[in-house]
Amino acid sequence: MSAKTVNHKAWWLVLPVVLLVGFNAVIPLMTVVNYSVQETFGNNRFFFEGVKWFDAVVHSTRFHDALKRQLLFTAIILAIEVPLGVAVALAMPRKGVWTSVCLVLMSMPLLIPWNVVGAMWNIFALPDIGLLGWTLNKLGFDYNFTRQPLAAWATLIAMDVWHWTSLVALLAYAGLSAIPDAYYQAAKIDGASAWAVFRHVQLPKMKHVLTIAVLLRFMDSFMIYTEPFVLTVGGPGNSTTLLSIDLVKIALGQFDLGPAGAMSLIYFLIILLLSWMFYRVMTLDEE
Amino acid sequence: MARIRLEQLRHSYLARPVQDADWALKKMDLQWNDGGAYALLGPSGCGKTTLLNIVSGLLRPTEGRIRFGDEDVTDSPPDQRNIAQVFQFPVVYDTMSVYDNLAFPLRNRGAPEAQVDARVREIAVLLDLEAMLPQRAAGLTADGKQKISLGRGLVRSDVNVIMFDEPLTVIDPHLKWRLRSKLKELHQRIGMTMIYVTHDQTEAMTFAEQVVVMHEGTVVQVGTPVELFERPRHTFVGHFIGSPGMNILPCEVEHGVARFAGLPVPTANAAGGADGGKRAEIGVRPEFVRFAESGIPVRVVRVSDAGRHQVVETRHGDTVIRVLLEERDAVPAETAHLSFDPAFTRLYVNGWLAGEAA
Repeated sequence: MSAKTVNHKAWWLVLPVVLLVGFNAVIPLMTVVNYSVQETFGNNRFFFEGVKWFDAVVHSTRFHDALKRQLLFTAIILAIEVPLGVAVALAMPRKGVWTSVCLVLMSMPLLIPWNVVGAMWNIFALPDIGLLGWTLNKLGFDYNFTRQPLAAWATLIAMDVWHWTSLVALLAYAGLSAIPDAYYQAAKIDGASAWAVFRHVQLPKMKHVLTIAVLLRFMDSFMIYTEPFVLTVGGPGNSTTLLSIDLVKIALGQFDLGPAGAMSLIYFLIILLLSWMFYRVMTLDEE
Repeated sequence: MARIRLEQLRHSYLARPVQDADWALKKMDLQWNDGGAYALLGPSGCGKTTLLNIVSGLLRPTEGRIRFGDEDVTDSPPDQRNIAQVFQFPVVYDTMSVYDNLAFPLRNRGAPEAQVDARVREIAVLLDLEAMLPQRAAGLTADGKQKISLGRGLVRSDVNVIMFDEPLTVIDPHLKWRLRSKLKELHQRIGMTMIYVTHDQTEAMTFAEQVVVMHEGTVVQVGTPVELFERPRHTFVGHFIGSPGMNILPCEVEHGVARFAGLPVPTANAAGGADGGKRAEIGVRPEFVRFAESGIPVRVVRVSDAGRHQVVETRHGDTVIRVLLEERDAVPAETAHLSFDPAFTRLYVNGWLAGEAA
C-alpha cells in the first residue's frame, strides 16, 4: 500500500472541464449517435434500426461521389497552398517596414468572414457583371461558373487558395524567422547552393510548423461548407457538392435524421483517421 | 594556405559614418602568418566578430583590402575564399547523418565520392567521431555537434584558415578543457592557420601563440601571452588580462619622473610625451607589488583567498592597489608600505605605454 494521502476532493476541480466537454462535445455527439441508429416518421416517435443507416451510407453511390469530390478538392488545395505558402514565405523580406506591410496584407483574407468570402467571389466571378467573370469572357474565354462544372471547380479552388494560402505562408514565415543567422553563414561557407540551403536548412527547420499547417488545412478543407455553399450551392448539378454540403442537404433538406446521423459519424471518423495518419507520417522520423 | 593580411581596414555598419564612434572597426593593419595559432581577445562588442566576418567574407569592409597571400579577396564571397568557420552555437544539418554532414562541403564542390569517403573517415578519426558516423546529427550532444562543425571545416584540405567564433560557449565546463586541448593538438598535427575569437583570457592564452587584443574597435596589442602579461601596451590590456588585472594609479610627471603620493616611482620606460595636460598613469601588476619597510603608505582593506594566492586590496586615498601574495605570506594589519618592481612598472600616457603612443 502506498502511504500517499488519498484526497477525493480533487475530483471537484476536474468537474468544470467534464461539464464543459460534456455539454459542447460528448452530448451533441451522442444525440447524433442516437439518431444514427433510429428511424422517425415525425411526432417524436423513433424506431430502432441497428446499423441499417450505416450500411446504406457505406453502399450509397451518392456518398461515394461526394467523398471522391471532397478528397479531390482537399488534395488539390493542399498541393497548391502548401508549396505556394512556402514560396511566399521564402520571398518575403526579412527585415524592415515591408515585412510588416506584407504580414498585414497577408492577414487580410484570414480576417474576412467565410460567407462574405463566398459572396465576394460569387459577385466577382459572375460572367455578366463580375470583374473576373466579365474580364475572362471579354478576353475570349467561355467562362460561366454557374453552368460549367470545370469553371465552378476552378473558381472554388481559386477562392480557397486566395482565402487560406496566407495561413500557410504566415506559419512558414514564423518557422523561417526562427532559423539563426549562423546556419545561413555556415551554409555559405560550406558552399551550399540555394537549393541545398532550402533542402537541408530551411525545410527541416520549417517541418514542425508545416506539419501544423498541413493538418489545419487538411481538416478545414475537408469540413469546408460556407464558402462553396454561398458560391455554387453545390452546383451546377452536383458537381461541387462536397461532403458537408451533401450532409446538410440530407439532414435539413430531406430531414432524413437517421442517414444524416450515420453519415456524420462516418465523416467524423474519416477526418479523425486521416488526421492521425498525416500526423504519424509527418512525425515518423522523430522516434 | 596563405598568409593573411589586412591593409588599412576599416568598417562601419552605418551607410555614412561621420564621427569616430560610427566605426565598428577603426583603421587597422594586421598580418597573420601561415600555420599560426592566433586568438582575438576582447570584451563583448569590441568588434571581434565583425573582424572575423570580414576575414571570412560574410561582411564586406567599408574601407581597406584583405589579401590571402598575394590574392586580393576583399570582394570574394565566403565559398571562394576557402575558409572554415565554427560558430558560437553548433551548426549541424539536422536531417543528415554525421557522415553526410562532414561530406557536405566536399560534395557541394563536386568532389568525387571516393575522395569524399577517404577525407571524411580521416577527419572522423582525428575528431574521435568514427563510431558516430552513421548516426543522425540531430541526436548528438552540444560538444558532439561542435565537433561536427569543426570537422566540416577540417574536411577540406585546401582551407586557408579555420576561424572559431567563441566555439566553447555552449559546452559544459568539463568538456571545454578536452575540446580545447583537441584544438591545440589538431593545430600541431595539421598546421593550419587558426584564428580563435573569445572574450575568455584563459582560452585565448592557452590556445594561441599570438593574441590580438581588441578594445572598442581598435587593436590595442598583438603579442605572445607572456608579452601581454609582462608588457601591456595599453592600460586596457593591463586590466583585461590577468586575474586580478593591473593596478592603474593616476600620477604626476615631473622632470621625466613619475610621482605618486608625492613619491618618485621608478618606471621601466621613459616618461616621454607626458606633458601638456595629458592623462598620466602608472601601471603595475599585483604580482610585482610587494609590502616593504618604506614606500607608498596604504591601508589594508580586504584579503581574499584565491586558492594558491591571496589577493590583498589596499588603498591609498581613493586609489585601490592590489597585491598578490603567496598563500603562506603574512599580511600586514591595517597600515603598510608598498614598493613596485621597477622592471615591471610602466608609465602610460592617455592609456598608451609612454613613448609608444598610437
